[in-house]
Formats: sequence, C-alpha cells, structure tokens
Amino acid sequence: MNKSTNSISEFHPDHHGYYGMFGGAFIPEMLYRNVEELRTQYLQHMNDASFQKDFQDLLRDFVGRPTPLFYAKRLSEKYGTQIWLKREDLCHTGAHKVNNTVGQILMAERLGKKRIIAETGAGQHGVATATVCALKGLECIVYMGEKDMQRQAPNVARMRMMGAKVVPATSGSKTLKDATNEAIRDWINHPEDTHYIIGSVVGPHPYPDMVARFQSVISEEIKWQLKDATGNEEPTHVIACVGGGSNAAGAFYHFLESVSVELIAVEAAGEGVDSGKSAATTALGTPGILHGSKSLLMQTADGQVVEPHSISAGLDYPGIGPLHAHLHTSKRGKYLHATDEEALEAASELSRTEGIIPALETAHAFAVLKKMQWKPSDRVVICLSGRGDKDLATYMEKLK
Amino acid sequence: MNRLENLFQNKSKRVLNMYCTAGFPELNSTLEVMRSLQRHGADLIELGMPYSDPLADGPVIQESSAKAIANGMTIQVLFEQLKNFRNEISLPVILMGYMNPVLQYGFEKFCADAAACGIDGLILPDLPEYEYEKFYAPILKQNNLSFTFLITPETSAERIQKFDALSSGFLYAVSSSATTGSQQNNDGVEAYLKRLQSMKLNNPALVGFGIKDKASFNRACTYTNGAIIGTAYIQALNQGKSIDETTHVFITSITNNQYLF
Ligand SMILES: Cc1ncc(COP(=O)(O)O)c(C=O)c1O
Repeated sequence: MNKSTNSISEFHPDHHGYYGMFGGAFIPEMLYRNVEELRTQYLQHMNDASFQKDFQDLLRDFVGRPTPLFYAKRLSEKYGTQIWLKREDLCHTGAHKVNNTVGQILMAERLGKKRIIAETGAGQHGVATATVCALKGLECIVYMGEKDMQRQAPNVARMRMMGAKVVPATSGSKTLKDATNEAIRDWINHPEDTHYIIGSVVGPHPYPDMVARFQSVISEEIKWQLKDATGNEEPTHVIACVGGGSNAAGAFYHFLESVSVELIAVEAAGEGVDSGKSAATTALGTPGILHGSKSLLMQTADGQVVEPHSISAGLDYPGIGPLHAHLHTSKRGKYLHATDEEALEAASELSRTEGIIPALETAHAFAVLKKMQWKPSDRVVICLSGRGDKDLATYMEKLK
Repeated sequence: MNRLENLFQNKSKRVLNMYCTAGFPELNSTLEVMRSLQRHGADLIELGMPYSDPLADGPVIQESSAKAIANGMTIQVLFEQLKNFRNEISLPVILMGYMNPVLQYGFEKFCADAAACGIDGLILPDLPEYEYEKFYAPILKQNNLSFTFLITPETSAERIQKFDALSSGFLYAVSSSATTGSQQNNDGVEAYLKRLQSMKLNNPALVGFGIKDKASFNRACTYTNGAIIGTAYIQALNQGKSIDETTHVFITSITNNQYLF
C-alpha cells in the first residue's frame, strides 16, 4: 500500500491537539474548565445519532445544502482547463461560515450554554452566529474590530437586525485578531453559561478539529458531485482562500489522504508580501503561539504579533490554523498568496465571466488561476466561499 | 534556599506582591519602580514582560503593555536593565509574561539569563501543565527558578492538588474567573478562599485579580498568605506623579493600620 494509507491520522490531531508540531491548547487556567468540557465531549456529541440528525436537517432545510458544484464553462475555456465552483456563496447568509455555526449551536445546546459569543472579521461569521442564535433563541454577543465594522457595515446591520449585540474591538489594529482577543476575554469573564463559537480552524484544541469536521461537509459533497459529473470523485486540484483556514479545511478535508489531489491554499498578500502591509502568514510567519495554539504567526523577532493588512477583513489575520501550518511545512499543501490588487481583478473577472460576484476573501482563491499552468485534463475545484454583497462599497470604490 | 522560600518562611501573613509592567511608564523606569516598591514596603515584585496580545489581562494592564512595547521594551532590553539589579534590590522578583515572546527568545536561554540576573521565578499563564511537565519543568529546575500555577474558583480540588505538587514558590489564586482588573462578587470569593485554606496546601497562596485597596487586601489576607496588586497600582502610576511618591502613597493606603481598630 502507498504511504497515504498508513498516515490516516497524520492530518488529524493527536490527543493533545497536535498536528505535527502545531496545535495544542495554550490557555490560561481561567479557560480550562470550558475548553476541557468541550474537549472531552465534542466527539461524543458529534457522533451521536440525534446530533447528526439535527445537524443534517439544519444543513438541508436552514442552510440549503447541498450547495451546487457548478461547472464554470467560460472560465474553463479561458484557462484551458476544467473548473468547478463549489457554491458556498449560496449557503444561507452567503458564506460557508454557517456550516460551522449550525454545528456549534447544537453543541452549545448539548452543553447547556445560554449565552453565545463570537469574533468576526468580515462579519460573515458574526452574521452566521447571529442567525443560529436567533433560530435557537439564545443571547448573542459578537466582537468585531472597529475598522471592520466600518468596512463591512452591511453585516453589522444584519447582525443587529437579528438581535445580536455587536461590540467594537478598539485595541491593536482594530481587526480580527483584536476581536478574537476580546471574545476570549469575555469567555474568561463568563465561565459558567457561555459558549464561544470560534469562526475558523484556530484557537485551542479542540476548536481546530471541531470546526474542520463541521466544515468537512464541503469536500464530502464535492466528492459525490464530481463523481456524478465526471465519473471520478477526485479533483486534481482544490483551491481555497485562507484567513484562519476554515473553508480551505472543509474543502480539503476528505482529500487530505489522497496524495494525488493537489491542495492549494491562497493567503492575502495585501499590498505585497514585502510591503510591510500583508497578511501572508505562511510567507512571513514563524512558529509561535496566538489565541491558544501553536502555529505559524506573523511576529517580530521579539515575539510581538505583527499587525497584518488585507483589503479583505476575513483574511486580515496574522496567524493561520495549526492544520494549515502542518500542511504547509509538511508540503502536503501548496500555500500561495494574492495581493489586494490581484483579488480585485479576480473578483471583476468572475463577475463578468460567470455572473457571480464573490466575496473579497474568495476572490483571492480565483486570483491564482493566472499563476498556475493548467492542462485540459485537470479537474480544478475552487471553493467559492462567499458572495460579494458585503463588499460592494469596496468594489464600487476600487473598480471604477 | 532561594529568596522566595526565604520570604515565606519569615512572613506567612499579609505578603504584598506588587505587579508592574517592565518598561512602564518609561522604558528606563523599571528599576526606579522596583526601588520604590522595595523602599515603601512591598514584599515581592512581579515584573510583567509586555506582550501585544495579553489574553488574561484587562484593559489597564493591556494598555501599560502596549505603552511599554512602544517605549521599546523587549526581553533582551529587560535583561540588560536587570543585569546588576541585585546590587540594590534584595526582594524576591518574579517575571510574569506570555509564552510567545519567551519562546522566540528561546526558553532555555530565557531561563538561564533570568537566573543569571537574579530572578527567582516565573508565571506564564498560558503555559498549561501538560506542556510544562513534558517540556519545561526540567529547564526551570536546572536554573533554580520557581514556577507558579494559577488556580481559579472553577479549578477542581484534584487539579489544585496537582498544581500544588508542581508549583514551587507560591500558588496564584485568581480571585474570580476574570481578566485582571475585574470587579468581583465578595461572597463567592470568600467561599472559594475558605475552601483553599481548608485544603492545607504545601505552597503558600497569594490572591490576585481585583485586589485594589485596603479592604480587598485585608479580605484576601484573612484566608491566604497575601495578595497581588497590579491594575490599581498601574492606574496610580498613570496619574503621572513621581514614581516614588505614588508608590509610597499607594502602598501606605494598602498596608497602614490606622483604621484597623
Ligand atoms: C467569504 C469568506 N471566505 C473566507 C473567509 C476566511 O475564513 P476561513 O479562512 O476560515 O475560511 C471569510 C472570513 O470572514 C469569509 O467571509
């Protein structure tokens, strides 16, 4: 048998949450009880038949799954290959984020929690959290960087309309990292009744694994949908953008052990990797600890976290989930990046070629089409993680 | 016997541990603050190594950390400042900080350099006991540095026993599950501290988080060996008066006995 068979667990965390040298749970004692409760219970709940039924029902009836796998004919012709788009933009609320929040709200119910907190960057995770809280009648507090509240104003309005309280994070770069700090502090201050719905495959173990499992529905569907379309369930390439890395983790999940499937992750290079205004963690980061796990991190030589930059709030994060740090260093995944400019161009191209306006985050994934050599026989799946309505103000300003 | 053990052997009640962020209010005020703390009656000094993302801290210590980083404070600069501090400071001094800057400096080098300066112990709140036991405990031991674990009202008796066995120096009893500087509910805190007292731990325990004045200090001292004050002192330093005068007035307001009868 080839190597991929005996390394079934190589891309899944060990008992302490390690993917290779990355992961773990670097949390202060004040968080221990909540994180430990989750760690000891998450798999048991997720494997429970009634949990699975509730989860599958909500994914179908509330989220609108399965989402289509759409053959992008004109884009395929343009690049001389075969390109399918996994339409996560057609999920309820407009992005993949809701796959995770639906799962986590069921988890919070099983754990008996009454109060839900979340961080958000682009606001998509905040909206997806506010949505499930309204659905279940639970209190919802969302921390969002002050800068992001301005550049993603429509999502702030959506959260508030669904009854969530949106609290600005005013420290640091006033973006996703700072919102995450505030959410963690809130959790420390509310140890009894609160569940923290983290929005990506980051944070202390078991979050990266739990969120990846909830998002894995993306690749589960890709497999049978591609088989229906082509007779072969494996693409040659899967491309996804990476902020913390949840849509990429979901799109890669069921292909991690299939070494013939090339996994391509795209980070935000901001104004350029060497410009000092970037969020390309794999290019600029070194091993470090942020938000409870060891991973790759953009930091100074003294270990202070560097403030990142990206035009897209959802990718404007100085870290990356530990699974991705492991995929990158083990070379199982290929980690590329696209600049603000390239993402804007790609957003425009997709809009005009296929009639789909992507989120700015998602546009980064499309920007690498230009950077690779394609063969007509390639079967390329791009995770279209979200729709671009929230970014219209930026598009109108930048794409005049 | 190191300075910490010595302290607790000679003083088992009303031990006052004062926290201050290194490099705050000015880059070069670290030693001046330590001198004033020693002169005006602190028993123990906890020096905070500033970090950009201090998760266990509230806004006041966060801001002092941001200011210290902006002032140019790094671990390297701190060790430079502390090179000869033992010529004038005899109090036990421990360093408190977060794992990431320490890891970047190199954990072994960090411990060796800290010990060489005359540092007595460490508090690293985001270093969990699994990692501590597996990788780091031998390095601390080698350098004769004590290590303090945090316990909270939510920490089980079993875990407290475990931390007591793993800790040396003292245990840090977080007075409520909260970030530093938070307000607290007094009844709950008393019940928790009583429970701790009844456990007959090997290590002394100091109460921290939310201790801000004489009343909260006295309450903490009823059940434990003393308390840690950080946020309230940083706030006092923020007033911008002379460090020595501020420290004198602050410590006197906590420890003087004139209202006690
Ligand atoms: C549409 C969309 N795609 C991607 C991301 C990035 O998150 P992740 O890397 O966890 O998928 C976000 C985050 O806000 C998003 O809204």
